[in-house]
Parts: sequence; C-alpha cells; structure tokens
Amino acid sequence: MLSDNPDSAQSLWGINNDSLEYNPNSNRTRFGIFMTGLVSLFTAIAIIPLFVVLSYLIINGIEHISFNSFFELPPQALTQDPGGFGNALIGTLIMVGIGLALSVPIGIMAGIYLSEFSHPNIAYWLRFATNVLSGVPSIIVGTFAYGVLVVTFKSYSAWAGGFALAILMLPIIVRTTDEALQLISQDIRQASVGVGANDYQTVLQIVIPSAVPAIVTGVTLAVARAAGETAPLIYTAGFNQFWPDLKLQALSSQPIASLSVLIYQFGISPYENQQQLAWAASFILMILVMLSNIVARIATTKRNF
Amino acid sequence: MNPLQETFQQTESILRTENANIYYGQFLALKGINLDVQKNKVTAFIGPSGCGKSTLLRCYNRLNDLIPSFRLEGKISYYDRDLYAPNIDPVQVRRKIGMVFQKPNPFPKSIYDNIAYGARINGYKGDMDELVEKSLKGAALWDEVKDKLKQDGRAISGGQQQRLCIARAIAVQPDIVLMDEPCSALDPISTIKVEELIHELKEQYTIVIVTHNMQQASRVADTTAFFNVKVTDQGNRQGFLVECDRTEVIFQNPREESTQQYISGRFG
Repeated sequence: MLSDNPDSAQSLWGINNDSLEYNPNSNRTRFGIFMTGLVSLFTAIAIIPLFVVLSYLIINGIEHISFNSFFELPPQALTQDPGGFGNALIGTLIMVGIGLALSVPIGIMAGIYLSEFSHPNIAYWLRFATNVLSGVPSIIVGTFAYGVLVVTFKSYSAWAGGFALAILMLPIIVRTTDEALQLISQDIRQASVGVGANDYQTVLQIVIPSAVPAIVTGVTLAVARAAGETAPLIYTAGFNQFWPDLKLQALSSQPIASLSVLIYQFGISPYENQQQLAWAASFILMILVMLSNIVARIATTKRNF
Repeated sequence: MNPLQETFQQTESILRTENANIYYGQFLALKGINLDVQKNKVTAFIGPSGCGKSTLLRCYNRLNDLIPSFRLEGKISYYDRDLYAPNIDPVQVRRKIGMVFQKPNPFPKSIYDNIAYGARINGYKGDMDELVEKSLKGAALWDEVKDKLKQDGRAISGGQQQRLCIARAIAVQPDIVLMDEPCSALDPISTIKVEELIHELKEQYTIVIVTHNMQQASRVADTTAFFNVKVTDQGNRQGFLVECDRTEVIFQNPREESTQQYISGRFG
C-alpha cells in the first residue's frame, strides 16, 4: 500500500501528489501550454490563405467593378473600354439552371430510393458509386460531356455546359438527400404506417417534408460547387464575346460565356482592361458562391424536426 | 338481450393467436403463443424486459413487416381472417388495427393535420373539421387544444402529445387500438389521464396494452397476459406466454408460481 510507505510513493510518482497548488514549472503544464500554442499557430496558418485570397479579391475586384459591369459585354483587346461581364453572368446562371433542372429531380429521386426503398446490399454499391462519381475530377466530367454532346452536335453549347455541371452536382444532391432522409426518426415513419399509410404516402407526406431543409442545403451546396467550376466548361460551353441567344435552338448550337471561363481567359490575357475585368468577375463569382453557402446555412438552421 | 347472449358477446374474441412462433432471422424470439383478445375489452401484456410482449403486439398490425428478418409461424387471425394470408394488405390491416407508441411521436405538422393525415390518406370524404373535433374529444384533448389547432403538434406537453397520438389513432376509426407502453414516457398526472381515457375508449374499441407497470395493468385491464423469458441452451433469450386470465385472477390468485413472483415484485 502506498500510504504505508510514503518514501517509495514519492519516488514512484513523478508528480508531487501532496501539493494542491497550480505549478507553472511542472513539465506537463509547460508541455500543455506549448501544445496549445502550437495548435493555435497552425490554425492561424491554415486560415491565412483564405483571408489573403478574400482580401486580394476584394481589393482588386472592387476597384474595377462598376454598375455597368453587370450590363456590358467583355472588352475588346487594345481598347480603353472597361467592358463588363453581363453575358458571362447570364451564361453562368443559364448553365447552372440547366444543371439544376437535370440533377435535382434525378438526384432527389435517387436519394429517396437509396434511403427508403433499396435493398441494403444494392444501397451499399450505389452509395459507393455515388462517392466515386463525386471524386471524379471535373476535367474528366468535361471530357465526357464533350464526347457525348459537343462531338454529337458539333458545337459548344449551353446544354453541353449545363450537362457537365449536372453530372458534377448529381452526387452531391444524391448524398445529401440520402443522408437527410436517413436522419428522419423511425418513430414518425412508424406513426405514419401505423395509421394505415402506405410507403409512398409516408415518404411523400411525412418523411420528405421533414427533410426539406437538409435537401435544400444539399442543392445549394451543389449550386455553389457548379457555379465555380471552370474545367468542365472550357470545352463544353466554350466562350462567347456576345450576348447569349436564349432560343432553344441557339442554346444547343452556340458557345456561351460563363464567369469562370471569362476569368480563365482574361486572367491570362496580356491586355490590361481584360485583366481588370477578370478581377471584377472573380469578385462577383466569389460573392455568388458565398451567397449560396449562406443560403445553405440558413436553410440548415431552419430544421423541421 | 338475454344473459346468455351477453356472456357470449363479452367473450367474443377479435384477435386469435394460434401456436405462434416469432423469429428474427434464425433466432426464435417468442415461442408457442396461444392467446385470444376479447372484443371491447382491455387486454394487458405484462412481463420482464425482453420477453417479447411488444414484439407480439406489433404482429397484430403487421408492423413487424418493417423488420426484414422478421418471420412468423403459426396463425394470427382478426375475427376469422388470417392476418398473414398472402392476399392481406398490411396497409389495410393497420388502418383497422391502430397503434399508439411508447414515445409520443406526433408528425411535424399542426395538431389539426396530425389528426387529419390518417383520414386523408385513407380517402375520408366527410367533414374533416368534425372528424378532428370528434377525435380530439374522444382522446379528452379537445378542451386543451381547441384554440391552437394550427400549432405544431410537437409544441404541446408530452402527455398532451400522447393523447394527440391516441386521437390520431382513433381518427381513422379502427376496431382495435394497440398501445405499446403508452405511459412510460409520461408523468403521473398525464398517466392518469391516459388511463382514464383507456377506460372510456373500450366502449368503442378493443384495446391491447403493453405495460411495465403492474399497477397500471391492474387498473386498466380486464384481461392480463403474463409473459416470461428464459435463456435457451444456445444462450438466446426466448419469450413465452406463462398465463392469461382475468386481471383479478392474475393479480390475486395466479396459477403459476412465476406470475406470483413477478407481480409481487420479486423479479423483472
């Protein structure tokens, strides 16, 4: 027993057992302070890029942005015209819209199937496939869309760009829908089944309404991802100096501008007015992505269950 | 009505369980159950944890169908119809045989819609306001919520929520209401209210209630079934029915030693 032999107790325990006071000189106290400092420092290092990028964009972007930027076409080279990104903004919205129209119904239905109706073994492989799809580099998704639509119709188009974005958004929407539905408590499903509801009534009227905020979050995050993508658009939508023609025929036969491709093209342009427009467009694109993230946040906090 | 007829009516059985073995996968959870539930009576299932009383209850409205590994041998019939016959639609069964769960589980909808939901999905064509009012009155909740029918069903107290769930169950006008420990999540005052409600409900409905609370069984039930659990040679816990009789008999003069021990609090 330790209490029988205080001397050996002292020698066995590196920390003085008798003292109740805080000892700033003990090794473990020093080590604790050091480690706390270390993780704080590394956290600071981790968020420095975020702040640098943000402030760089804000400083350079705001300088070149004006009211007219939203309504004008990109500037020609070798002019003093500041121009605008009006057509690219519209192009981005159109292609994200096409992407949404394709991926939201398919993605939500697939998520419902996965969570509610699929056999566990099938669900396992489908989830695996979805994860693989979400890991496919976006440039490869672009190649695929190029092969399927651009080669077939022999033109860059809004449809091809939207199709590529839809493939990128699809796994995000499937997974968030699937996860959102799985979070809905089994209790209310049983309650619904218990009053004589069948499967589709339970899913449609009880489970999905409870999961709507989480599904909205998933869709918004998918939009944020798609709006910022460049690689899949470069050779599916291409670029266009002019206003998009909104007729269906034109959407499938003409290249269309987008903010991200505008940034890519003008960012490496040797002409100053084009470079400045790239800054302005970067700033706006970042604001768009941030806005959709904020919307997602708000939707998530409005929980229904 | 002559006395003989009355006796017959009192003992008409509405649910009949014959030689039922209930399996989860290979595991036999409940063995050899023979049990009748009488119409317009309250039947209580009591017994220690894990004896399968809730499992049996969930067989009566085919809620166990939701568990993929579930399997039933033997026969469970409602009047004279085999509930597990291949042509029986479990959705229709659950409409006739309603359920109140252990934890109050109102839908994330208004109080009104909580009641109206079951009626709507079952194609009710009548006056919905009237049905909601009637059901809430039937569950002794109307006076407390009549001014806040548009409020979220989860915003009322736990005891009120459970009565809302009972109102929801009776809104589809079932024959039988199954209650799976309906008071275990409630405070004593709410428990008394629900018990009083059970007394009123048995005029119109047949009630089967699972309870851990023996005083509750003795207060509300006409018939009590005592279940017990034994450990098999393979180390599985297997439930079985010890005895089923009039509640007074079970509590005052049970046939089996283990029933006597359980109701006097010596185990379980």
